[in-house]
Amino acid sequence: MSQEKTVKTTTDIDSLRSEIRDKSIRVIDVRREEDYKQSHIPTAVNLPLANLLSDDSPERVLKLVNAMGIGDETPVVVYDDTFGALASRVAWTLEYLGHSDVSLLETTFSKWKSLGLENDNKIPEIQSKNHSIHLKPEILATSDYLEASKDKPNVILIDNRERLNYLEQHIPGAISLPYRTLATQDKILRPKDDMKRLLDNRRISGDSEIITYCGSVGTLSGLAYYALKSVGLPNVKLYVRSFKEWKGLEKPIAKQQDASYWDLSAE
Amino acid sequence: MTVSDLKQSYPDSPKPKINWARIEEAEDFANTVKLFRQGKYDEDSFRRYRLQHGAYGTRMTNDYAMVRIKLPAGEIYPHQLEKISQLSEQFSIGNAHFSTRENIQLHWVILEDVSEILRGLAEVGLTSREACGNSVRNVMCSPLSGVCPDEEFDSTPYALATARFFLRNPLSQSLPRKFKFNFTCCEKHGMVRMVDVGLIPQTRDLDGSIQKGFKIFLGGGLGNKSFVGYQLEEFTPEEDLLYTSIAVLRIFDRLGDRKNMARNRMRYLVNDMGWEKFQNLVLKERAIVRATQSVVTHLEVDTTPSVIKRPIRISDESGSSISDGYARWLKTNTLKQKQSEYHSVFITLEAGDITSNQITALATIIREFSSEGYARAGFVQNIALRYVHDDDLTRLYSRLLTVGLAKSGALTMAAPIGCSGTTSCNLALTNSHRLAKEIQRKFLELKLDQDDDLRDSSIKISGCPNACGQHGIATIGFFGGGGRVGKEMYPNYQMSLGGRSDGETMLGATCHRIPAKRVIPVILKIIELFKQNKKSDDTLKDWIHRVVNGKEDSEIKSILDIRKALDSFTIPPTKEEDPDFYNDYGSDSSYHTKTGKGECAA
Repeated sequence: MSQEKTVKTTTDIDSLRSEIRDKSIRVIDVRREEDYKQSHIPTAVNLPLANLLSDDSPERVLKLVNAMGIGDETPVVVYDDTFGALASRVAWTLEYLGHSDVSLLETTFSKWKSLGLENDNKIPEIQSKNHSIHLKPEILATSDYLEASKDKPNVILIDNRERLNYLEQHIPGAISLPYRTLATQDKILRPKDDMKRLLDNRRISGDSEIITYCGSVGTLSGLAYYALKSVGLPNVKLYVRSFKEWKGLEKPIAKQQDASYWDLSAE
Repeated sequence: MTVSDLKQSYPDSPKPKINWARIEEAEDFANTVKLFRQGKYDEDSFRRYRLQHGAYGTRMTNDYAMVRIKLPAGEIYPHQLEKISQLSEQFSIGNAHFSTRENIQLHWVILEDVSEILRGLAEVGLTSREACGNSVRNVMCSPLSGVCPDEEFDSTPYALATARFFLRNPLSQSLPRKFKFNFTCCEKHGMVRMVDVGLIPQTRDLDGSIQKGFKIFLGGGLGNKSFVGYQLEEFTPEEDLLYTSIAVLRIFDRLGDRKNMARNRMRYLVNDMGWEKFQNLVLKERAIVRATQSVVTHLEVDTTPSVIKRPIRISDESGSSISDGYARWLKTNTLKQKQSEYHSVFITLEAGDITSNQITALATIIREFSSEGYARAGFVQNIALRYVHDDDLTRLYSRLLTVGLAKSGALTMAAPIGCSGTTSCNLALTNSHRLAKEIQRKFLELKLDQDDDLRDSSIKISGCPNACGQHGIATIGFFGGGGRVGKEMYPNYQMSLGGRSDGETMLGATCHRIPAKRVIPVILKIIELFKQNKKSDDTLKDWIHRVVNGKEDSEIKSILDIRKALDSFTIPPTKEEDPDFYNDYGSDSSYHTKTGKGECAA
């Protein structure tokens, strides 16, 4: 197996609390504005995912990042209330811009609150910063890139939607790793050893280039991106426009044939 | 502080008495899959290994498996349900399936993930070991054992002890074919004549003291060819239970047909040999077993009674009005227990399917409403919540309603069985699973679950001639096949009438071939014929029983008369007239039969 470096993908609760006390960190809450206004982790700024997605060009993202007071060296922790998927998409966008110190809170805001940890509704005053742009194209997969590389022997394409959706239709050659598989009851990502064992069983290893995708905007697959990074896999890309774009472009789609699996669902 | 330190706990929750799991089997499974993928294991040995660990093949693919989780005696605890819910979301389709043999099945699991499921199950003491393959399958027990007003004593501890004795026992690792035990409470609630070994608890007076024992039935079973079991002897005392079981298994192991996979269940051996010869062999073998076993060979029967403790009510919802459906639900889904002030409540699922969210909700509901603190799987793809205090029934109904688990008709004809059919099974010819759901929806819509005349009848559907859907013992049974008009095919069912599994067990008599899309109108037509010709206190089951046995004196005298009355339903329309006729349920493309290799006899 090739060299695997340890990357920090999540920040644990205790570390975040002390970093907030030290005022050494920028916390981003990606929930909707009304939820944020009710209560949030102290000092957190609000960047609703929908706001980011309305235009996630590097120029716009740069403006947003500057306005949140994030400089090149500012450590950033992102959280949400959607098992880490929305936070992942925001974190990935910062990383793509060239920000090197961004991680996910290990748990969700609900869990944080249910543990009785501090939260308030104060909106912090932010001093704008000047972040640089050093785009990281090596963590992005476009449809053209995907189409050209997905059949190469060292490329693994991972579909993070639920199993029934995968069976019904998926990008040919993709393997199924539903986003629920990545989490535990309490944390948005499994412990490292646990995750590693799971991925090893599936022969997802560091020798490969790995591309993740999900339904539409790269949230579930964003979480998978960080799951793969958390065990040190060096070459992971997010197909950020995901299956929605792929289908829209009328590219080939595969299906599990001759079985009525939907009828096993009680919904 | 870690997050998990603060997890909500339920100190009062009872713990399972037996840990069925071995964590090292998960590790071993993962390694074996790796070796298999590297070509270091041949297909046949790997398949045997996989089945021995409870992972069954899946329709038209080698990439997926179905994991069958055993619930010995049907017992399932809340924390186990929560784990299964989680495993279903992570590694299956976000749904689980309650089978007819007290297993929970997770479908469409990637073979490489099976070991992760085994690991998760081990955390809560459950196993899928020997849930498939040529082994002693899950040991069933009536969901009413312990609470049934008609039982002599509770056979649950004996079922658990039997399961424990044979699980991983060298004796049952390589049988000619699968082997099944069913324990029950009484004649009415069991299925003891349709299984390799069926047992009804009995007592007798022995010099003034009460002796416990069983009525044991051998050599029955449902399948491509079904047989009704024979009673071994008048009374088998409890100390002979294990010796008898071992003796029967040893005979089957020695004499069972290991070559002809299609005829190697023990019922064929019994049939070929003749009952009297087989019976003699068992009694002789038992004498040998009894004489040669060391004293340590005995069943560990733990008869410590469950702690019955009515859960403390945290939130008081008194004053909430009783909803309309309550009376209907109470009538069709609950039974009074022999313990006064308690009911057993049955939850009917559409063909056994339940979502992961419902499973999690169910776990909480069990904690809040069952005074024994766990649930039991039933025989008809359902779940029983026992020891629900009479005063809690309305509240329980409201709770079940909020999570979609309050469907009425659980104990009636409106809860049909459908095997998995073309949703996942390699052998299936039709979507029996969906058909069962469609029938249930129609019955509930027509409120037929409230009809007392229909209550003790049953509908059971298999997707092929093998009888996982138990069609042979249904009042109205169906098994799937293909029909043909010229070059076009359509889904079709062979219908049988009059099957039953009680004290008068018999197999249904073949009646007619019914196209899939005509099954519902045909069932309704049969009900109509019954209503026209019934005697005042007849049930459909009684009436069909008389018709099938030629003892009915009304207009409909025989099964041939029913057949004639249904002829018009069986004539296929042209494809132009009714294109839907040519599609199976759950499919919008033209029907064709397609099957892979079965693994029941692997």
